[in-house]
Amino acid sequence: MSVIYILLTISIIIAIVFFFAFIMAVKNGQYDDSYTPSVRMLFDDELVKETPKKADSTKKD
Amino acid sequence: MKQTKCFHCGDPCNQETIVVEDKSFCCKGCKTVFEIFSESNLTCYYDLQAAPGATPNEIEGKYDFLDQQNIIDKLLEFNEDNTQIVTLYIPHIHCSSCIRILENLHKLQAEISSSQVNFGKKTVHITFNSKNYSLKEVVLLLSAIGYEPYISLDDFSAGKKQINRSLIYKLGIAGFAFGNVMFLSFPEYFQVNGFWIEHYKPLFRLLMLAFSLPVVFYAAQDYFVSAYKGLRSKVLNIDVPIALGISVLFLRSTVDVFFDLGSGFFDSLTGLVFFLLLGKFFQQKTYEFLSFERDYRSYFPMAVTQISSDGVEKPIQVYDIKTGDRLLIRNGELIPVDGVLIHGKARIDYSFVTGESKNISRNYGDKLYAGGKQTAGIIEMEVLKTVEQSYLTQLWGHPIFNKNRTTAFTSITNAISKRFTIFVLSVAFIATVFWLWFDASKALNVFTAVLIIACPCAIALAAPFTFGNVLRRFGKTKFYLKNATVIEELATINTIIFDKTGTITSNKNSTATYEGQQLSKEEEDLLTNTLRASNHPLSRTLYSILKRNNIFTLDHFREHLGKGIEGEINQKTIKIGSANFVGATESAVLNTSVHVSTNNTYKGKFTFYNSYRKGVSKLFNLLKRDYDLVILSGDNEGELENLKKLLPAKTKLLFNQKPRRQTRIH
Repeated sequence: MSVIYILLTISIIIAIVFFFAFIMAVKNGQYDDSYTPSVRMLFDDELVKETPKKADSTKKD
Repeated sequence: MKQTKCFHCGDPCNQETIVVEDKSFCCKGCKTVFEIFSESNLTCYYDLQAAPGATPNEIEGKYDFLDQQNIIDKLLEFNEDNTQIVTLYIPHIHCSSCIRILENLHKLQAEISSSQVNFGKKTVHITFNSKNYSLKEVVLLLSAIGYEPYISLDDFSAGKKQINRSLIYKLGIAGFAFGNVMFLSFPEYFQVNGFWIEHYKPLFRLLMLAFSLPVVFYAAQDYFVSAYKGLRSKVLNIDVPIALGISVLFLRSTVDVFFDLGSGFFDSLTGLVFFLLLGKFFQQKTYEFLSFERDYRSYFPMAVTQISSDGVEKPIQVYDIKTGDRLLIRNGELIPVDGVLIHGKARIDYSFVTGESKNISRNYGDKLYAGGKQTAGIIEMEVLKTVEQSYLTQLWGHPIFNKNRTTAFTSITNAISKRFTIFVLSVAFIATVFWLWFDASKALNVFTAVLIIACPCAIALAAPFTFGNVLRRFGKTKFYLKNATVIEELATINTIIFDKTGTITSNKNSTATYEGQQLSKEEEDLLTNTLRASNHPLSRTLYSILKRNNIFTLDHFREHLGKGIEGEINQKTIKIGSANFVGATESAVLNTSVHVSTNNTYKGKFTFYNSYRKGVSKLFNLLKRDYDLVILSGDNEGELENLKKLLPAKTKLLFNQKPRRQTRIH
C-alpha cells in the first residue's frame, strides 16, 4: 500500500501546478476584466470566416 | 413623410441628408467615419448593431496640450525605445460593435500595434510606435471615428495606478486549500478503523495542516488585522469573533494532530475562510460596478490654454496655473480656476456646481468661478486663485464630505457583534468554569467547541451579500448610493431634505402664464416670430412653450442688449422685454417675467414658473406621515406661493441658501 505515497505526491504536484497556473493568470491580468474577452472571442471567429467570404459580400453590395 | 435615420449614429436626418452607397447620413462627420471604416474593410461594425456610432465632435485645438512632453509623460503607462502604451477612457463604449472597432485600430493606422478594450471600465489600452506617431495623433484618430477619449485631471497619475488583486489571490489560495483538505479528510469521514487508515492517518493530517497554514496566515490575515485595529480603538467589531474563531480552530486542530487526539477541523477552517472571502469578493464586484467615488478631478480638464505676456498661446497643465496668468477658454471648455473675465462675452453653465440649468451671462470684469462651462465663443480670463484654492475645490474639500462617517455611525453588524462577542465569551468562560469543577478533562474541549461553533460566519456572510444585492437593486431603479454604509443609515432617517433645482423641478420645461389683455391672432403670430429670431435663453424658452404659429420673415428685427427685442411686420410693431423697455411699471415680483407691448401699447406679461416633476405632491403627501420634510434652494423666494399650494402644509421651505450654507444645514 505504500504506493499511496507516490499517488499523494503526484496528486499534490498536479494540484500545485494548477495553483501556480492560477496565480500566473491573475498576475497577467486575466481576472481584471471578465466581460470583454467573452465578446472578443466571438469576433475572432467572425474574422476567420470573413476572408473567404469577402468576394461574394462585395458582389451583393 | 418617413423620417430617415442616420446609418451611423441613428439620429434623425433633419437638415441635410448625405447619401453614400444608398445609406443616409445626418452630417458630414458621420459620413466621414463611415468612409474611414469602409476603406479599411471594417463595415462589419454596422452588422452587429444598428447605428452604433457617435457623431465626431469639433475638436480643433482641443488636444494641443498633448504636444507638451511633461503632459504626455503623465499619461503614458509605458514609454521605452519606440513603444508607447496608453490607456484612454472612452465614455462612448457601449456595445460589442465598439469593442470590435476599437480592437481593430491597427487596421486603420499601421503604427498602432495593438489595442485592447476593457468594456466594464470603458477603457482602451493602446500600444503604438512612437517613432512616427504621437499620442496626440492617437487621440485625434479616436476622435475622428467618433470615439473621443475623455482626458481629465484624474488621469494625471495614470502611469502609477496599481490594480489591487490581493483578494483574488486570497480567494484562490483559500479555495485551493479547501478543496485539497476536503479531499484528504475524506477517508476519515467514514470512521472505519482498518489497518490502512491507522497507518496513513498521521500523514494525511500533517498534509491538511500544511494546506491550512497559508489560509490562516495569508488568506485570513485581513480579519486578524481588522480585529486588532478594532480592539485597539476599543471597538468589538464583527472581525473580532471571526478572528477568535479562526485562531481557536487552527490551534485546536494543530494540538489534535500533534497529540493524536483527532483529525482536527481543517476542513471547516479552510471552508469558513473560503466562504467569507467569497462574500467579500461578491461585495467588491458590486461596489466596483456601482462606484461613484469620484471628485472634481474627474471633471476638470488636464490642461488649458495660457496666453503669455507676448501674446503666444500655449497649453499649460492645470496644476501649474499661477495667480495672474491669462487663460484662454474655448467654447465648451471648463473653467478650471477662479478668475476675472477680461475679454469676450461669457455665457457660463454652472450646472456642474449648482445644478442650475440656465446659463449665466458675464461681462468684462465679472468674476468667474471654477467649474463653470463656457458655452458661447472664446473668452480670456485672468487667474485670481490657483486650482487648490479655488472656491469649488475648497467646497469639495469641505470636511463634511471627507468626515469618516464610519466612526460616527456604528453599523448594525458591529452593534450586534459587540453584544454577540461579549455573550459568546461569557458562555465559553462559564461553561469552562463549570466543567473544570465538574469534569476537568472536558473543560478545554468545551471552551474551544463553544468558540468554534459560535463563530459568526453567518452574519459576516449575510452582510456583504445583503448590501451588494440592495445596491444592485437600487441601481436597477436608478437610485445610486455613495457606499454601503448609507444603506444602514437610510433606516434611521427622520427628516428628508429636497433640493429644489433639478430635484423636484423638471429641468426640461418651465411653464409661463400670461397676464394682461388678450392678444389677437395677428399679434400672437408676430410675438412667436419675433421670439424665433432671438437667441436669448428666455426667448428660446418662451418660444418653445408657446404653440408654433405661421412662420414668416419679419420686416424688421432688433435686439437691445439687456433690455429686450423688437420686431415689425406690416407696420405693426412688437416689443418684448423688461418692464422699462416696453413702458410698463415694474412690479415687485420675484419671478422672471417678460413684458409685451404692441404698437407702443402695453399688453401684458409672461411670468415664468418652474414646472415640477409629476407626482411631487403625491410623494410629499405619502412621506409626510413618517418624516419631516424640508425644501432647500439657492434661488429667490419667487416660487414660494407655488410650492405652498403643491406641498403639504408642514413642509419647511428654505430659500436663498448658498452652497456653503447648504452643507452646514447637513
